[in-house]
Amino acid sequence: MGHTAMKTNIVQLSFVVVAVAWFGAPGSSGADNITVKDAAGRSIAISDPSRIVSVGGAVTEILYALGLESRVIAVDSTSLYPPRALAEKPGVGYMRQLSPEGVLGLGPSLVLAAEGSGPKGTIAVLEAASVPFVQIPDRFTGDGIVEKIRLIAQATGSVQRGECLVKLVEADLRALAALRARIEHPRKALFILSFMSGRPMVAGRATAADGIMTLAGASNAITEYDGYKLINDEAVIAARPDAILAMERASFRLDAQTVFDHPAFATTPAAAQRELISMEGLYLLGFGPRAARAARDLALALYPSIDASLRSELMPSERAPQDCRQ
Amino acid sequence: MRVLVPPVLLVVLLLAAAVAATIGAAGIPFGRIAAAFGLAPGNPALVDRDWLVLWSIRLPRIALAIIIGGLLAACGAVMQGLFRNPLADPALVGVSSGAALAAAAMIVVGDRYLSSAGVTLPLEALPLAAFVGALASTMILYRIATREGRTSVAMFLLGGLAIAALANAGLGLLVFLADDRQLRDINFWMLGSLSGATWAKVGAIAPFLVALAFVLPFIARGLDLLVLGEMEAFHAGVSVERLKRTCVVLVAAAAGAAVSVSGVIGFVGLVVPHLLRLLIGPSHRLLLPTAALLGAALLVIADTFARTLAAPAELPIGIVTAVIGAPFFLYLLLRQRALLGP
Repeated sequence: MGHTAMKTNIVQLSFVVVAVAWFGAPGSSGADNITVKDAAGRSIAISDPSRIVSVGGAVTEILYALGLESRVIAVDSTSLYPPRALAEKPGVGYMRQLSPEGVLGLGPSLVLAAEGSGPKGTIAVLEAASVPFVQIPDRFTGDGIVEKIRLIAQATGSVQRGECLVKLVEADLRALAALRARIEHPRKALFILSFMSGRPMVAGRATAADGIMTLAGASNAITEYDGYKLINDEAVIAARPDAILAMERASFRLDAQTVFDHPAFATTPAAAQRELISMEGLYLLGFGPRAARAARDLALALYPSIDASLRSELMPSERAPQDCRQ
Repeated sequence: MRVLVPPVLLVVLLLAAAVAATIGAAGIPFGRIAAAFGLAPGNPALVDRDWLVLWSIRLPRIALAIIIGGLLAACGAVMQGLFRNPLADPALVGVSSGAALAAAAMIVVGDRYLSSAGVTLPLEALPLAAFVGALASTMILYRIATREGRTSVAMFLLGGLAIAALANAGLGLLVFLADDRQLRDINFWMLGSLSGATWAKVGAIAPFLVALAFVLPFIARGLDLLVLGEMEAFHAGVSVERLKRTCVVLVAAAAGAAVSVSGVIGFVGLVVPHLLRLLIGPSHRLLLPTAALLGAALLVIADTFARTLAAPAELPIGIVTAVIGAPFFLYLLLRQRALLGP
């Protein structure tokens, strides 16, 4: 059975190669040869962006927002939005544990992968097999989102659609900045990644959680280290967070009872109002096209005092949902 | 001079605990500690907060360090006596591998499937799973090593290697399946940490230390005679098979309880008894209680470093115990080289 599948793939692959050689990349806007500079600073030539393996939640989200759904032949297990992506497309497993044979067997002509995907061995094998592997930078700022969209649009030969989406995201970011300007007293938030056995794993600097807090007009209560680390209980008290953030996944949910019964969190200012803000993981931390909306939701949850008029106001992308898929 | 060792160790332990109580990321100055305990007047707002830090966070953690250090070191001494092997430690009877496999399974599988089925896992789920895993793997090993009422020490050692290899394979598979967050949890569990200490956890494992303290005097003589060999001990009136059974059950329960709360903390169970044998000789009557005292003191000191060196983050305590203990142990070994033979 495995032989048949591989044979089919080889046939498909050769068909694609022939098709590309004769007709150029199908569906791409005059993209005979695209050269992009990826997150690792390498110049990568892409000749055929028609069969894409998409790795990373934000990458898949952007590809779908650009209407390139039909070109995506497989996604990784973190591609949770839109939900149909993981349901319809074959999976290549977890983004950091890509199997070279598993990916090659699908006959891709391009792999777009969030920075940090791998392992390195797999990237090397794919490149040796002449499949361009473009690492999409993952910076946790508003500019970072724009950078991601532009690179993905460029790599797929869809610059016009990309600029359409960039415009939309930038309008959202401006609306968000206007919202932030109304915040008088920034609050301190603390993001819990994991609470296994009562041990809090908490976000420091250089994390997506830190980035979204900044976008939402809050400051990270923990600035002494980078990344996600197990934090000392007393340090939680000393940090005095005003609110606790957590992400919600199908497999992970934190309830206020658990958090505020913990002696370290019981005396934080956050415990007074039992402020535990729990948001869907990819929405909150993905830094894809919806990041500005996630930051707006977070800001409204953090600052109940923001005027009612601003509360009901929609983001540009919600008010006039411009379709960048054509 | 040997008589002085237990009281000296007790003083060291008390001093270490007292110093540990005054150090922490919350930074409570010495004067305010007295106020928090109601021994001196202080600002009432600060007193409440300080009291909470001391009573709900720092003291249970110190208590946990004392109990776990005591359990691990005493269990190590029992194992080395039982197996007449200086390399024996509680890990040898499958405690660590069973506990680690069960804990990792709970972190990965429990997290992925139980939680997505709408079950919110209580915080106690992980330690309970680890404890059950520790007991189960020791019991399997005991069954393998026992035939017609006689337990073979050699079978125990070799079977233990096989069980550990199997458990490691399972652990490797779980690590492969885990996502980043679960990987961090597994990693911290494998290196041990006393983070998340509560009085409830202290209460849950304190009975094991009490039980150990009751049983140790009864097995000390048997272990002393066992040094001469199983037959010799039998002829001297020791019920060898019962002694083995008691020791295995005791170690599985006590070390299993310690590991389930703190994760795998290496080194303490292996080296503390050694260190003391070099100091006070091989008699278990003195060795077992002093090992518990030194183990407790070592873990209190190590944990104080673990929670303050990288503050506000936590260092895994297994790193600290090895860094503190190993060089000291090497120094003692080199000094006593003549005693150990060429």
